[in-house]
Amino acid sequence: MIGVRDLSVRLGEREVLTGVDATVRRGEWLAIIGPNGAGKSTLLKAVMGALAHRGEVDVGGRSAATLKPRERARLIAYAPQTPALPPDMTVFDYALLGRTPYIPYLGRESRHDRDVTASVLDRLDLAEFAVRRVGELSGGERQRVVLARALAQQAPVLLLDEPTTALDLGHQQQVLELVDRLRRADGLTVITTLHDLTLAGQYADTLLLLARGRAVACGEPGKVLTEPLVGEHFDARVMIEPGPGGRPVVHLVRGEP
Amino acid sequence: MRTADAAAGQSRARPLWLAGALAVLALSMVAGLLGGAADISPWQVVAQAADWLPFVTVESGLTPVEQGLLYELRLPRVLVAAVVGGLLAIAGAGYQGVFRNPLADPYLLGAAAGAGLMTTVAIVLLPQLAAGIPVAAFAGAVGGVFLAYALGNTAGRSGGTSTLVLAGVAVTSFLTAIQTFVQQFKVEELQRIYAWILGDVGGGWEQFRLVLPYAVVSAVLLLLHGRMLDVLSVGDEEAVSLGVRAARVRFAVLLAGALATAAAVAVSGLIGFVGIVVPHVVRRLAGGSYRSVLPLSLIAGAAFLVLADLAARTVIAPAELPIGVVTMFVGAPFFVAVLRMTRRTAT
Ligand SMILES: Nc1ncnc2c1ncn2[C@@H]1O[C@H](COP(=O)(O)OP(=O)(O)OP(=O)(O)O)[C@@H](O)[C@H]1O
Ligand SMILES: [Mg+2]
Repeated sequence: MIGVRDLSVRLGEREVLTGVDATVRRGEWLAIIGPNGAGKSTLLKAVMGALAHRGEVDVGGRSAATLKPRERARLIAYAPQTPALPPDMTVFDYALLGRTPYIPYLGRESRHDRDVTASVLDRLDLAEFAVRRVGELSGGERQRVVLARALAQQAPVLLLDEPTTALDLGHQQQVLELVDRLRRADGLTVITTLHDLTLAGQYADTLLLLARGRAVACGEPGKVLTEPLVGEHFDARVMIEPGPGGRPVVHLVRGEP
Repeated sequence: MRTADAAAGQSRARPLWLAGALAVLALSMVAGLLGGAADISPWQVVAQAADWLPFVTVESGLTPVEQGLLYELRLPRVLVAAVVGGLLAIAGAGYQGVFRNPLADPYLLGAAAGAGLMTTVAIVLLPQLAAGIPVAAFAGAVGGVFLAYALGNTAGRSGGTSTLVLAGVAVTSFLTAIQTFVQQFKVEELQRIYAWILGDVGGGWEQFRLVLPYAVVSAVLLLLHGRMLDVLSVGDEEAVSLGVRAARVRFAVLLAGALATAAAVAVSGLIGFVGIVVPHVVRRLAGGSYRSVLPLSLIAGAAFLVLADLAARTVIAPAELPIGVVTMFVGAPFFVAVLRMTRRTAT
């Protein structure tokens, strides 16, 4: 569904991504992991089409460069790591923005657009927030509202940049389970960045480890989440053991006092 | 479903606000027509206003002299004030959306300085030709914005907003410097120049006819872009992810806003504060979506300037205050009051 070949991105003077390759099949979940500044967000933005880059990105077999912005937005939904939230807008109006690719340039939304938005808010437990202002929400509530906007886009590919950082345990599970259900039921293709390596290993089919803009490992969770790889690239002392479903669980190891 | 209900309630609120704003505007216009004359009752004014409408005949009981006063002096004045106030407020709202900055105002991009310069040049070079002033002001406003836009796009990344604001500041101070220099040549015209800068909506029917076509075109264009300005409010990158070319939307809104500002400035001078205060008040009261902020700013701006003009005519009657002085003098405390009334958690 998504193919990335030899992707390089320059931002300012720096080469932030160098020769990254990745393939994500329909219905598959790819988690991008890596230390701060590795280029995870940059990779998502390049796939989404917001950054000039070298190399090829295709979506559903078509080169992304040939897609019109609206066409691309119907194929790829994106929830950023640090969204710009207009504080005075209501939650409903904000989530409704996800319907933009379906509404004519100067037109107005249809009944259907409002229904889709309302049902997405319901599914994320946000129904009671619909008329609240975005600026009056907690960090985790905001994060779910941004996710609601992306889901309202009803695109077959979902790019989520750190979708769970501000969420409590229960809501982390709720969001990830929802995304998981959507991909199983509707064949959604999912690419997320995740800092919680254990969660990444639990939910994703494939992990892509980025370090300094290069893909240093890619494969099943068990192959990427190993003590040598994580230890080296995150500069951390970890212990990794098999957990539920045979998927790895990553523990930090406290240093000697 | 609670969401659907809540959302429906939300969209029901919009027509309510619109109706309320239109009622306020109608009352302001009646007050503006009444302004000063003691022996005309509000009902006579309403009846007379209805009589002016095509296909309607109402006996208002006013003498022909009173009717002439209302029709030839007060009505065009109220209408020009309404159009100018509406244009400045909706252009300000549009600019605030484009720049994602609540302090943006319609004069930000050099419109005021350009109009000021060209008007000064016109007054200095052709003091007899009063009819040339609107043309000069219009051309100057458009030219100032064009200069700022061209400068902003060559100096920085194409379509970026912060370089555009800086370019506007640069163009404004540059053109103002030239304007100050030019006006020194004809010190005897200084008062006329200042009178123009402080604003005047008493130009009569001629000015109203002049401004109307531009007003309609630019206001419609801006109103149509409400939803797109909501999309822009999430930032360029996210706008791209929603399939919107931010630079293109910005260009369209800036163009319409510049046209609105130029039209307003051409017939009224540089009336300050309306373009910034009215959209703010509207946003405080009726929420932040540009789909309500734009139409409500248009209506509320019109009402505000009609009332400001009424005050300008009556406070020290029979003399008149410049309307720009009234908007700033009354506008500032009013603004503070609304801010305090609707104080919210930090935004
Ligand atoms: N606009 C920019 N100009 C120059 N460098 C940039 C720009 N944006 C990001 N960078 C740099 O590119 C690198 C990759 O940034 P990116 O946001 O992709 O990191 P990340 O892997 O998502 O990190 P994090 O885990 O902190 O979110 C960083 O070193 C960052 O400093
Ligand atoms: Mg990131």
